Amino acid sequence: MLSIKNLKAGIAGKEILKGINLEVKAGEVHAIMGPNGSGKSTLSNVLAGREDYDVSDGQVLFNKKNLLEMPPEDRAREGLFLAFQYPVEIPGVSNINFLKTALSEIRQYKGLPPLDTKEFLKLVKEKQALVEMQGSLANRSVNEGFSGGEKKRNEIFQMAMLEPTLAVLDETDSGLDIDALRIVANGVNMLRAKNRAFVVITHYQRLLDYIVPDFVHVLYNGRIVKSGTKELAMELEEKGYEWIKELAPAV
Amino acid sequence: MNATVEKIKTGDKFAELFDRLHTQLPGNASIQSIRKNAIAAFLKQGIPTRKNEEYKYSLPEKLFKTNYSLATKLPSLQITADDSKTFDISGITQNKIVLINGFYSQQLSSVNNLTKGVIVSDISTSFEKHAAHIEKHFAKYANVDADPFIALNSALNANGLFIFVPENTVVEQPIHIINIITANELSLIQPRNLFIIEKNAEIKIIESLDAYKLSTNVVVNMVTEISVAEQSKVQYYKLQNDCEKIAQINTTQVYQLENSHFDTNTVTLNGDWVRNNLNIVVDAENCETHLNGLFISKNNQHIDNHTLVDHQKPNCQSNQLYKGVLSGKSTGVFNGKIYVRRDAQKINAYQSSKNILLSDDATINTKPELEIYADDVKCSHGSSTGQLNEDALFYLRARGLSTDSAKRMLLYAFASDAINTIRIDVLKEHIDKLIEKQLIQ
Ligand SMILES: Nc1ncnc2c1ncn2[C@@H]1O[C@H](COP(=O)(O)OP(=O)(O)OP(=O)(O)O)[C@@H](O)[C@H]1O
Ligand SMILES: [Mg+2]
Repeated sequence: MLSIKNLKAGIAGKEILKGINLEVKAGEVHAIMGPNGSGKSTLSNVLAGREDYDVSDGQVLFNKKNLLEMPPEDRAREGLFLAFQYPVEIPGVSNINFLKTALSEIRQYKGLPPLDTKEFLKLVKEKQALVEMQGSLANRSVNEGFSGGEKKRNEIFQMAMLEPTLAVLDETDSGLDIDALRIVANGVNMLRAKNRAFVVITHYQRLLDYIVPDFVHVLYNGRIVKSGTKELAMELEEKGYEWIKELAPAV
Repeated sequence: MNATVEKIKTGDKFAELFDRLHTQLPGNASIQSIRKNAIAAFLKQGIPTRKNEEYKYSLPEKLFKTNYSLATKLPSLQITADDSKTFDISGITQNKIVLINGFYSQQLSSVNNLTKGVIVSDISTSFEKHAAHIEKHFAKYANVDADPFIALNSALNANGLFIFVPENTVVEQPIHIINIITANELSLIQPRNLFIIEKNAEIKIIESLDAYKLSTNVVVNMVTEISVAEQSKVQYYKLQNDCEKIAQINTTQVYQLENSHFDTNTVTLNGDWVRNNLNIVVDAENCETHLNGLFISKNNQHIDNHTLVDHQKPNCQSNQLYKGVLSGKSTGVFNGKIYVRRDAQKINAYQSSKNILLSDDATINTKPELEIYADDVKCSHGSSTGQLNEDALFYLRARGLSTDSAKRMLLYAFASDAINTIRIDVLKEHIDKLIEKQLIQ
């Protein structure tokens, strides 16, 4: 589904991703861990199409299409979703309105007619229940005045609404209380399916108790320096990152 | 009917013109003396040049470089009822007044079921018919020495609208004034309006201005005086939409008395060259004044909003929010003056101007001017100019919105708080649609 080969990218003349290789197949859940500043958010932003980053080398195929050539909206329409580490507040734009437009543009891209208001609202209700989000949040401006946890929950709500085939969750668990963590994980697990994949970026092994990954990767200094199964996450929890750093090629 | 063609150029040509023409213009002896006094005031000030602080960003000089004819009669062009309907606001049908170059069209207007005592009439006949009201209010608020365009209009206005709402009277349905500007030669069009709202009365006025079959450029110099008496409530909405080829100087002069409310919105969506002067004198206690403005400009359009809130008495509140979205090579000006006079204690006066520049060639000049002579007041002003928020734009696109619809959504969100104060739902919907249309381009 997603195939990243030797991806190098940077910002403001500074190289941050130094040759990423990653294969994600339909149905799989991959976890990416790694110390602060190692390039995890950079990877998700490059995948989502943030134009501030320069890709200097490598290739990314998403369902066999060249992802890097597409504008951000087409990536979303092709089924890619990024839950942002820091969701932006957009005063004056209502959550519901924006999702309605997003959904109808995605459907239009796929040659589907827009949902009528009744169908749409039914979907909203259903997905709100899924992430146990208060109705009032959906009617407010996008993330405006939301608490940290509410913002994260809103990301998962949007994901549930848009039903992507590949979702990248960038530290969606950070700042969540125990209940919210369970709810967010629940939301993800309900969406797990044969034709869908997840890349879950996290600092905490705890999340992976709820969302059990098929693979765990460690990103360090712009490279994936170790890959393994869920046991790797436990090992990291126990030992920290020092021993990983030794695995990285000398600079 | 033929228009009187009087070729005029800048400066002293007006003196000559006045001598020849003023006796043919409507009004009894007292109106004539107002005209005489006004032309003298105009000649003293002249058409503003670069040296005039008030007009340095909006130079009207160039508008008067060529020959103009003064529009003193109804244009011969026929406007059918169907044509005039294109300027309707759907949902507002009861009280519709059509003015063609300032001339009241009986045929195209429909004013139904007005409450007893309410007068809606053209101003030239009102000079005679409602002389007592005219004597008391006409030209009493717009000061000819304060602005040359007030003076020019006061000297040579040919027609306009008169509205009178008597004491304790509520006009339930909004009144829509449709100003249609039409001409086939360069003209100076000077409508003059007077709205008198008596004690404890209420009215909602929507005033739109549109071009119709304009084959040439015109200058519109409009002056509207509004007297807002004790306990009365006035909503006044100005919509400047299809104004291609119209250069307009649009002065609104408001006078507020005790416990009154005056709320106004000025929305300029397709102005060509626009100078709005909105002057409000608050001359009594416990008044509220809300001024909101929105403009969206493109190409070479020029939109200038000058506001003045003059707090002369204590315990009042005023609030201003002006927003602009500029693209192309368009230019914008916001100049907001707030005076708080010495005895005007306990005044709350706020002002904010926010603008988005969508192109490198667009420019905006904002200037707040606070002159505060009382010590116990709360006043603040703020202005900001920026681009669209890139993070927000990316966020929306990352959810599948096209760049265009993401931009439109953000711009609408930006603009909306300047129009959310509109309290006539059908008008709000109408303006929403017009904004949508503007933002699509
Ligand atoms: N606009 C920028 N200009 C310069 N450096 C940047 C910019 N954006 C990110 N970086 C740098 O790139 C590196 C990687 O950042 P990134 O946000 O991808 O890290 P991360 O792995 O997501 O970290 P965290 O775990 O703290 O979220 C950091 O050193 C960061 O300072
Ligand atoms: Mg990060």
